[in-house]
Amino acid sequence: MIERTPILNAITYLIMILGLILILGPFWMIFTASTQSLQEVTAVPFNMTPGGDFLKNVHAAWDRANLGPALLNSLITSLLVMAGKIALAALSAFAIVYFKSPLRHVFFWMVFMTLMLPLEVRVIPTYNIASDVFEPVRWIIQTVTGIELSLQWNLLNSYSGLVLPLIATATGTFLYRQFYMTLPDELAEAAKMDGARPLRFFIDILLPLSRTNMLALATIMFVYAWNQYLWPKLMTTDASYQTAMVAMRALVPSVNALPEWNVSMAGALIIMLPPLVVVAVLQRWFVRGLVSTEK
Amino acid sequence: MNKRAVFKSWWLPVLFALPQLLLILFFFYWPAISVFNWAFTLEPAFGGAGERLFVGFDNFREVFADSEYWRSVSLSLFFAFTATGLSMFIAFILAICVDRQLKGSSLFRFFYIWPYAIAAPAVGLAFRFIFAPESGLIAVVNTWSPDLWNPAKYGSHAMILVIICFAWKWIGYNFIFMTAGLQSIPRSLLEASSMDGSGPVRRALDIQIPLLAPTLFFLLVLNLTESFVGPDTFGIVDLTTEGGPNKATDVMVYRIVSEAFRGLNYSGAAAQSLVLIGLIMVFTFIQFRFVERRVHYK
Repeated sequence: MIERTPILNAITYLIMILGLILILGPFWMIFTASTQSLQEVTAVPFNMTPGGDFLKNVHAAWDRANLGPALLNSLITSLLVMAGKIALAALSAFAIVYFKSPLRHVFFWMVFMTLMLPLEVRVIPTYNIASDVFEPVRWIIQTVTGIELSLQWNLLNSYSGLVLPLIATATGTFLYRQFYMTLPDELAEAAKMDGARPLRFFIDILLPLSRTNMLALATIMFVYAWNQYLWPKLMTTDASYQTAMVAMRALVPSVNALPEWNVSMAGALIIMLPPLVVVAVLQRWFVRGLVSTEK
Repeated sequence: MNKRAVFKSWWLPVLFALPQLLLILFFFYWPAISVFNWAFTLEPAFGGAGERLFVGFDNFREVFADSEYWRSVSLSLFFAFTATGLSMFIAFILAICVDRQLKGSSLFRFFYIWPYAIAAPAVGLAFRFIFAPESGLIAVVNTWSPDLWNPAKYGSHAMILVIICFAWKWIGYNFIFMTAGLQSIPRSLLEASSMDGSGPVRRALDIQIPLLAPTLFFLLVLNLTESFVGPDTFGIVDLTTEGGPNKATDVMVYRIVSEAFRGLNYSGAAAQSLVLIGLIMVFTFIQFRFVERRVHYK
């Protein structure tokens, strides 16, 4: 806007700088604490300059929370969720948008309703089904035919268990549905005219066109999956499948021990870094993924 | 909105949708049915096998008769409204400032989004340190007078801590949507208004805020839902106060999970879950009744 408002500009900058302190302050405190020795970190008032113990603290945190395997588990889970969600979303949204079938509204609403069933309210039954996936199948077969099957599949303490329930969420399906809706009808018409069958149309036209959409979805799914807490916490009783977010619990100083906040913060810093890098570096895609409802 | 050009096949769409369909049936609908079933039944006595005992609304009656449950409800309400209000207020001020597009605004915008990347438990752990009574940023007030600030001891302090965590984390998300909303306001409107002699504050009040109202409303409902039943609330409470001290931060989501897994009171937890599901449905209905073109993505 072309106008001179020096006082207001100064106020605006002041507010924005205060905002910056509010946002970056905690990051700075986490960082400085993670570089200090136990004595420095427990000093009151807190000293805001970094110390020299960063590597030592990281090492301690690494051992205490068993971060090596935990970070690897988080990475594997997040990448699987990302890939699985994109594949699933692209396919099921294709089914909803491009086929005239009476079932599509039913399917759409079934996906939609899952938004109203967050994990916290169905946590025990979800845990139960993860421990015995075929329970409903057995139950249905038994009620219908009277035959008792001994089909079993336990998902607890496995990557499938960490990944599958997270892939089931509605998020990406809607994102893809929205994207398909913005494509011109002529595209499908032309493809049909040229004799393309649905699968060819999907692979040769829709998928390449959805590349930006895919990247946007990938960023938000990575952050979403990495930051999962309750589900991995419940279903990994075996420490070798713990994710980083769950391992962080081990970094909380216990009441009777030394308050080793420097170690806690070093661990927290490492654990929060990957999604932060994704958001910072791929911010354009991330924001687009979150906001792409405008069209 | 429907596509004109569509393919005709009845089995292909079913095939394409099948993987997702199976997953939501297994991990959403079957558990939801179980919750429904448990809420109206009781485990047979002595853990024996066999049919669950149908008890009608007894589980609900028991839950509603518990004064601790109502305390948890009011704590949740207080938490949800304060955290939402605080977070949206700060994000709104920042968004309006950044939208003035002064030199360097984009740098500020770059950082304001960061909190959204941080997981709720990590936010909880970090703020637990920053607001710890014995070290960190705020501990200095305790040297003036002992126990001036102690979230491990005083319920009200613990509640403040949890609210700050949630509000801080959600500034990022709210900011993203508010700046997107502000950007979608046509510049020509603002320019025309400034030709008529309005200053930036007048334009903010008369043009930007009214036109941003749908976004603000959408965010309000979303924030309330998330703070009331969202996973972030659980993560934050679990890493900062664990519902304490003396159950002062025992909000509904935390209570349900801890009751089910530590108290092993499945039927009671299921009844509470159903109440929450009902609340979410009301929230979602409001959201779609008034801002139907927006869909909620995580």
